[in-house]
Amino acid sequence: MSDQVVKRESAAREEAALLPPVDVIEDTGGITLYADLPGVPKDKLDIRVEGDTLTLEGELSLTIPEGMEATHAEVSLPRYRRTFTLSKELDSEKVSAEFQHGVLKLRIPKAEHLQPRKITVQVA
Amino acid sequence: MIYRSLFPRDLFAEFERLQRELDQAFGLPSIRGVARGYPAMNVGTTPRSVEVYAFAPGMDPASIDVQIEQGVLTISGERKPEAVPEGATVHIDERFAGRFRRVVSLPDDIDPNAVSATYRDGVLHVSVARREAAQPRRITIQ
Repeated sequence: MSDQVVKRESAAREEAALLPPVDVIEDTGGITLYADLPGVPKDKLDIRVEGDTLTLEGELSLTIPEGMEATHAEVSLPRYRRTFTLSKELDSEKVSAEFQHGVLKLRIPKAEHLQPRKITVQVA
Repeated sequence: MIYRSLFPRDLFAEFERLQRELDQAFGLPSIRGVARGYPAMNVGTTPRSVEVYAFAPGMDPASIDVQIEQGVLTISGERKPEAVPEGATVHIDERFAGRFRRVVSLPDDIDPNAVSATYRDGVLHVSVARREAAQPRRITIQ
């Protein structure tokens, strides 16, 4: 078990992971991202922004009775991971997240000075 | 279905193997085929129970229908699509939306009256007890 923990820390990125399906919707104020991460409890969900890279990572935690033998597995890896490149106009400092029933909802607003403004044309 | 296109190839080989194992363990092949859909499912057995996990995130637990009839477990429901505000652009649309229904054939020795279902972190976990008689007993040699 302790071996596993060490391995996880040193090679977290190389470990095989499931790619969670997402929806990405953009409106004038920013981007809303929904990701399906069923089986991940709140404390095992990790959302990181490093530079312009957004990384979602989650570890599955299922209630498995002792001595259970898997006979069929479509979800056969214990973690999800997916990365996205953020564009410059997005304000990564102001990302907000909600997580309920295995669905993550991320809101990434556009930087305020970059939000579209209607410019009134003055008639001289 | 969406999960299928996202998984790397070698995983599929692994799934196929697991599917074959499942078919053997449950004595199928099922007339309903082996098509995978939504929600993704894992199945396991212990000497006392059959454990089914359906990965159906973002549901109201009350809206999921779980039934056992003639040794067949059916999980069905509907997942509503996310609301898209007017004028917004959908860049990626991968998450499942719509009605779903999945079926698992259970072993013959299950007790359909001893079933529990819990929904946690977007996973529906159905535990079906197996009858006492079917549990392995050690026979002492005199």
